[in-house]
Amino acid sequence: MTDLVEDSKAEVVDRVIIRFAGDSGDGMQLTGDRFTTASAVSGNDLATFPDYPAEIRAPAGSLAGVSAFQVQISDHDIMTPGDAPEVMVAMNPAALKSDLHLLTPGGTLIVNQDTFEERNLAKAGYDYNPLEEGEDLAGYRTIAVPMTSLTKEACKDLGVKPRDAERSKNFFALGLVSWMYSRPTEPTFEWIDDRFAGKEQIIAANKAAFSAGHVYGESAELGDQRVIVKAAPLASGTYTNINGNTALSWGLVAASQLADLPLFLGSYPITPATDILHELAKHKAFGVTTFQAEDEIAAVGSALGASYGGHLGVTTTSGPGVALKSETMGLAISLELPLVIVNIQRGGPSTGLPTKTEAADLLMAMYGRHGESPMPIVAARTPSECFYAAIEACRIALTHRTPVMLLSDGYLANGSEPWLLPNTEELESIDIEYATEFNHVGEDGEADYWPYLRDEKLVRSMAIPGTPDLMHRIGGIEKEDGSGNISYDPANHSRMIEIRAERIKRIEVPDVEVVGDPDAEVLVVGWGSTWGSITSALGRLRSSGHKVAHIHLTHLNPFPKNLGEVLENRKHVLVPEMNLGQLSLMLRAEYLVDAKPISKVAGQPFTAGELEQIILDYVDEKSTS
Amino acid sequence: MTDVIDSEAVPETSRADWQSDQEVRWCPGCGDYSILTALQLLLPELGVRREKTVFISGIGCAARFPYYMNTYGMHSIHGRAPAIATGLALARPDLDIWVVGGDGDMLSIGGNHLIHALRRNTNINILLFNNQIYGLTKGQFSPTSESGKVTKSSPVGLVSEPFNPISVALGAEASFVARSHDMDRKHLQEMFTRAHRHSGASFIEVYQNCNVFNDGAFAEITKKDARDNMLINLVHGEPIQFGSEGQFGVVQTPGGVVIVDVSEVGVESLLVHDETRLNPSTAFSLSRLATGSNMPTPVGVFRAAVREEYASAMSNQVMGVAEERGKGQLKDLLHSLPTWEV
Ligand SMILES: Cc1ncc(C[n+]2csc(CCOP(=O)(O)OP(=O)(O)O)c2C)c(N)n1
Ligand code: SF4
Ligand SMILES: [Mg+2]
Repeated sequence: MTDLVEDSKAEVVDRVIIRFAGDSGDGMQLTGDRFTTASAVSGNDLATFPDYPAEIRAPAGSLAGVSAFQVQISDHDIMTPGDAPEVMVAMNPAALKSDLHLLTPGGTLIVNQDTFEERNLAKAGYDYNPLEEGEDLAGYRTIAVPMTSLTKEACKDLGVKPRDAERSKNFFALGLVSWMYSRPTEPTFEWIDDRFAGKEQIIAANKAAFSAGHVYGESAELGDQRVIVKAAPLASGTYTNINGNTALSWGLVAASQLADLPLFLGSYPITPATDILHELAKHKAFGVTTFQAEDEIAAVGSALGASYGGHLGVTTTSGPGVALKSETMGLAISLELPLVIVNIQRGGPSTGLPTKTEAADLLMAMYGRHGESPMPIVAARTPSECFYAAIEACRIALTHRTPVMLLSDGYLANGSEPWLLPNTEELESIDIEYATEFNHVGEDGEADYWPYLRDEKLVRSMAIPGTPDLMHRIGGIEKEDGSGNISYDPANHSRMIEIRAERIKRIEVPDVEVVGDPDAEVLVVGWGSTWGSITSALGRLRSSGHKVAHIHLTHLNPFPKNLGEVLENRKHVLVPEMNLGQLSLMLRAEYLVDAKPISKVAGQPFTAGELEQIILDYVDEKSTS
Repeated sequence: MTDVIDSEAVPETSRADWQSDQEVRWCPGCGDYSILTALQLLLPELGVRREKTVFISGIGCAARFPYYMNTYGMHSIHGRAPAIATGLALARPDLDIWVVGGDGDMLSIGGNHLIHALRRNTNINILLFNNQIYGLTKGQFSPTSESGKVTKSSPVGLVSEPFNPISVALGAEASFVARSHDMDRKHLQEMFTRAHRHSGASFIEVYQNCNVFNDGAFAEITKKDARDNMLINLVHGEPIQFGSEGQFGVVQTPGGVVIVDVSEVGVESLLVHDETRLNPSTAFSLSRLATGSNMPTPVGVFRAAVREEYASAMSNQVMGVAEERGKGQLKDLLHSLPTWEV
């Protein structure tokens, strides 16, 4: 097969959004992933959005079992996996039923016709066949392909059992879509060889199915469907396609190298954070210890123990796990020990929507502990930025001897984008010093060690076990500032409360940068994964002549020093959040501004279109006057 | 603990060197004092360094222990000490780590951490001071309080059955399990020494008198004049025999173990104690001999089996991979997925 054939009939577009939807057992995540890799290699900019159910295997063919993967590829810089797909692959009636409403009017629908039989139709709640009757598909360009039978046919001489052959039908879909977008074949074939090494029949079946899909595109007169998305003019350098959890894991490894401390991860599996445990477990060569604890409390406890021993202690989890860790975070605050708590947020409360995204744990990060227990918060904004956010969280934790909450979410965790790899030599080292000598002279004139003596940033001295002569005890009971001895003195407690608050305030964080029209009357304030949708929405508004400014917070505690100033004198401060208004509450409390929440708590990220519409109401003088 | 090779000679220390400058604040007469003294007197003998010794505790009267030791120490939160100690032990296998807590701390709120720490067999010494009551919170029943007990939170008598800590530890696959009591310093020190030398997690239940909220809980078995007939001293390789004249013994039966009159069965039919048995069933049977602290009760080492130590197994994996693949390079990691040039 030739790659990127010059095809006179092919239409050149600047971007396209494709959604692969099927049953959980149909391999849609894998199909989407392979298509993404092939697109990345073709030089497109891209962003992905895996959208899958919580059930490992919901009943086959049911609506609950629909698993989808959306990817936007483009010839220019993009920020999101796109709003409405222009092309949708529906592998069964349930996928059609649940996702068709997302397809843009006039979009192309590719369906596996073989699955549209009575039983599957009924499971999806159809009492007719929408491919043959009804108005469901009106206004779309539908291509019905008997994928299952064509796949079986393609595999029939390979000695593969028909049931096994049928499993390769996702590769048929991949082949067809790859043909439509002129994606190269080699990366996928190489991947198949690698992934199924030793299983020759499966390799042969998957390749045959892929080729059959490709040939189908070529021969079935789908010529007018062929589309070319040229490579994006990205900054030059080496790129890799990365999802948020992998980037975050690598950021933790990087931080441990930059600080020259071994990384210790204490974790308990929970969606969507588990992949970080999996990823870090692979990196023992970096001196990484991963400890799968008996529960989240032990996970954070072990990380704190490792920190106390002078390692970089990290724990990774999602909201329900954070709730369990809160008492230990309070202890870490009292002990003034470094610790990084990673929260990959998901839909709550309780088990909520484990595989869907949400960002409603900000107030928990800020206030979710008893007593006055301030803790710095860092939030990542894109999948690749998770790398830098992780380094930043570790830097603050280690240099300020404090637990730090690092927030990401399901959307960043699983979504991917091309990442211009940094020059690792240019990453700034993290300098930490542990005490090795006495730092105080006692009343008796003898030198001794005081663990709670502080520097100008109010960071306490830390001597790790094993250091000769500096033996001392720390604990969660209130201690006297300086000596660290237990103290129930009211004035001392009051002082310690103030110190703990003040030392978090003294953490230096970079100023926020105003993007767009700096003096615009409308300022959009975001944090976390809404960055892509906000940036796209505002880009569209500006290109249609509206003035609007955007700031995006990475540091949510302490806030950047210039934030108050930036918020001043705006007609509207709008805060899009995947919660009911948590950042806007914090901004109101801190700066007395009328920050208005724009909320979406549906387990789905904002689309740029949605935001554009809402923000338009505010920037459009006619409607706001 | 396995003895870490230490090139420089360990300096001589005395009891005073192991005492911190903090005033000990247990109630006068509390059993915790004698346990503290026993350990502070013992540590100079063990050839360990103070700076390499760490005490980690949860919350409770017993858990105040670290404050009184002139070593590194952490007084953490209720029940979580075994988890924190596990992280420290994994990060720092060079340290000698002791965990101290009460029956509520370790078997109630921290029960999960205790059993998993024992199961994993990380190199920590766990001392459970069992006073069968919540001391610090002023006298509620604990998971080791006997059924029927009247406490502030069970004014008409406790309706649940207690845990037997030794049985729990054995059920959790603990490789070293022992019992001692606060009235016998020599025995305590012997058990501490054994626990310290054991590679893996060691568990010692110490019967401890809370003279304020549960006074005399163990008096019937630990009083000087009662011990001979009420404490069954387990000695490895010896027939299990007790009584002032050695008149009682323990024999194995199809259903477990029972106490017999030696004169009736003969010494040769007594069970010979073997701590090293991999199968914990006999040790478990011994732990069930007494169902209350008014019956003849075994003390000593129930089990001291050789099992792989967790922290060294984990660090061997880490070092093994580093050796096999070479030390990880960040640049290589970032280039480990498919890359392309623009
Ligand atoms: C999370 C939490 N829950 C409850 C308590 C209150 N508390 C402190 S110690 C304790 C029980 C102590 O009993 P035990 O562990 O047997 O120790 P003892 O005081 O008897 O030595 C309780 C319930 C606490 N400190 N923290
Ligand atoms: S309450 Fe009991 S256990 Fe606590 S210090 Fe007093 S006597 Fe000891
Ligand atoms: Mg107790």
